[in-house]
Amino acid sequence: MIKVENITKTFGEFTAVDHVSFTVQEGENLVLLGRSGCGKTTLLKMINRLIEPSSGEIYIDGDNIYNRQPEELRKKIGYVFQNTGLFPHYTIAENIAIVPRLLGWDKQKIRWRTVSLMEKLHLPGEYLSYYPQQLSGGQQQRVGLARALAADPPVLLMDEPFGALDPITRASVKKDFRQLDELKSKTIVLVTHDVQEAFELGHRICLMDKGMIVQAGRPEDLLFRPTEDYVRDFFEDQRFQLEASVIDPKDYDTLIRAFDHFKNKGK
Amino acid sequence: MEQAQSLWQFMQQQSDKLLQQTLQHIGLTFISLVIALLIGLPLGIYITRHKPAAGPVLGFAGVMQTIPSIALLGFMIPLLGIGPLPAIAALFLYALLPIIRNTYTGIEGVDPLVKEAAVAMGMTRMQVLLKVELALAFPVIMAGIRTATVINVGVGTLAAYIAAGGLGEFIFGGIALNNTNMILAGAIPAALLAILLDFLLSLVQKMGRRRRLSTLWAMPVLFLLLSSFYVLPFGYSTRLLAGFTPEFMGRSDGDIGLRTVYGLKIRTVVISDAVMYKAAYEKKLDVISGYSTDGRLKTYDLVVLEDDKKIFPPYYAAPVVRKEVLERYSELGPVLNKLAGRIDDSVMTELNYKVEHLNQSPEKCARDFLVQQGLYREPAPVKEGVVRIGSKIFPEQYILTNMYAMVIRGYTGLQVETKSGLGGTKICFEALQHDRIDMYPEYTGTALLAILQPPAVDTKAG
Repeated sequence: MIKVENITKTFGEFTAVDHVSFTVQEGENLVLLGRSGCGKTTLLKMINRLIEPSSGEIYIDGDNIYNRQPEELRKKIGYVFQNTGLFPHYTIAENIAIVPRLLGWDKQKIRWRTVSLMEKLHLPGEYLSYYPQQLSGGQQQRVGLARALAADPPVLLMDEPFGALDPITRASVKKDFRQLDELKSKTIVLVTHDVQEAFELGHRICLMDKGMIVQAGRPEDLLFRPTEDYVRDFFEDQRFQLEASVIDPKDYDTLIRAFDHFKNKGK
Repeated sequence: MEQAQSLWQFMQQQSDKLLQQTLQHIGLTFISLVIALLIGLPLGIYITRHKPAAGPVLGFAGVMQTIPSIALLGFMIPLLGIGPLPAIAALFLYALLPIIRNTYTGIEGVDPLVKEAAVAMGMTRMQVLLKVELALAFPVIMAGIRTATVINVGVGTLAAYIAAGGLGEFIFGGIALNNTNMILAGAIPAALLAILLDFLLSLVQKMGRRRRLSTLWAMPVLFLLLSSFYVLPFGYSTRLLAGFTPEFMGRSDGDIGLRTVYGLKIRTVVISDAVMYKAAYEKKLDVISGYSTDGRLKTYDLVVLEDDKKIFPPYYAAPVVRKEVLERYSELGPVLNKLAGRIDDSVMTELNYKVEHLNQSPEKCARDFLVQQGLYREPAPVKEGVVRIGSKIFPEQYILTNMYAMVIRGYTGLQVETKSGLGGTKICFEALQHDRIDMYPEYTGTALLAILQPPAVDTKAG
């Protein structure tokens, strides 16, 4: 469980993150959604102390992260970058093995773990001895995910993990991502500016603007019970697809509310 | 002619010396390189962490690089004396810039995202530096080390000017002695050394990461081993130490004569005449091969030893003139002869002293002397024709050149053009032979032995 309390980050005069609080339950996927510059990535990087906050506290499983060695903390948190951040001078196998090696696993265990991750992410075994630049963008992103998962960390942070991929590759990587059993048990915080992606992957969504959370809740809460105009406007362009994606046909209340909404809009 | 001794014969004959000089050269190169690495690498890393320091540090190293090498050696002498210490210090300063700059540039060139990923995975600062930054900057840093090595091999030849040995001894000796084989015997190994070292380092640069890891451990060991080729000549200080010019070392009216005729066997180092007198004054050297007329003998209160076994022929300064010039301007010969017999050693010493110690200009000094001798005349009306006078690079030659110029202008009206930057006997003589100058002041002994070259003397000391 991750608990963020009243966290603030200022860069000089500019306030990037402004007194933000939220909680992520164990095994939950939380999406930080917002336009670029809204402070979502800064917020994400404060969870593994890539950025130190100006004020506020963050707890993981009840422990204050600022009482721990940053390096120790980070080894237990997987991190996936938009542009992979793979080491160009390491082979795929070496890239995946970075954190297990830092943790001092024995060679056999690392080997076994690497091979099994490659299989799960549908990467051919011969790629193990390749270098990142020999792989396509989608394959590199899969390796980036494998690297983040290698030491089986309980928490995963993802910064626009599909943002750099073309639509077709993105769909296929996303599909593997959703089907990956390992991810089901992880506590995940994912940053994106893509509304569709937020609805597909998030159990809950925090919509951010100007360093603050405008509204946090389940996708359907944001869609049907917006607390502010900003929230309603944010989803307006894609409302139809979004509603179609969240409505459970047996949920009559929601169905009726959606129906009313369109009826009112038609007037 | 005997002169047709081949380069190969020369190198074989001098193989002991050649080997010794090559080893010294490698030693000098690597001692200074190792020190430059020990200081340059950490400094380069430091300025990637403390950006405001980058400008001043790179600026300082850049300025060091722009100081002409011979001047840098000159600056070193008051601080560190002569011998290997100032040579190593100067080479170290030259090697510093490429190493610092390439370390800095290499690390700065690492993708910031890759560095951030390394931190995000829980690497410590040291791990990020070693496994990511230095590993990725490696080819750039190696390129810097290669540049520094080649610079050091090249500049290292100048070490011979300040008694630090190396292949420069042959090069400058050859230039002074008009001996092409000797020049090549120093220059070719120096060039080959630069090419070879650069090639070997390029292999390391291109190595893959894994093979590199094992090589990297070997490199410091190898560098230190190569450094040890230079045996520091310490522990001899109780005995006499002689500093001779490269020219003196190779002439029979020089070190060879001293050894064979006088049986004088003392430890000698090769040194430039520009710093030799000062080094003797500062007690770095006990014996030097001074010019008997040099003003600094007086300045530094040095004693001239008597040559009672007559190995030195008389060194009378005399103009060496192209025959065709003497024929074309028939008045030239008699005019130059007006100076004959007027300048003996004590006069010349006095003149040199005025220029070197009292800082008179050679021109004023020459003029005063001519006036005092009643020889000075204002320039005569200009006539058609130019006489080109060359001179070697030291005050006595400047004074003599000025005197010649003044009497030629005063008595003949011929134009005079002076070319006062000719580095040594060989360069002056070559210039004369190839019609670049018409005349220059030379010394009878030198003209006799170095230029006319009597039957070859076995230069290997017996």
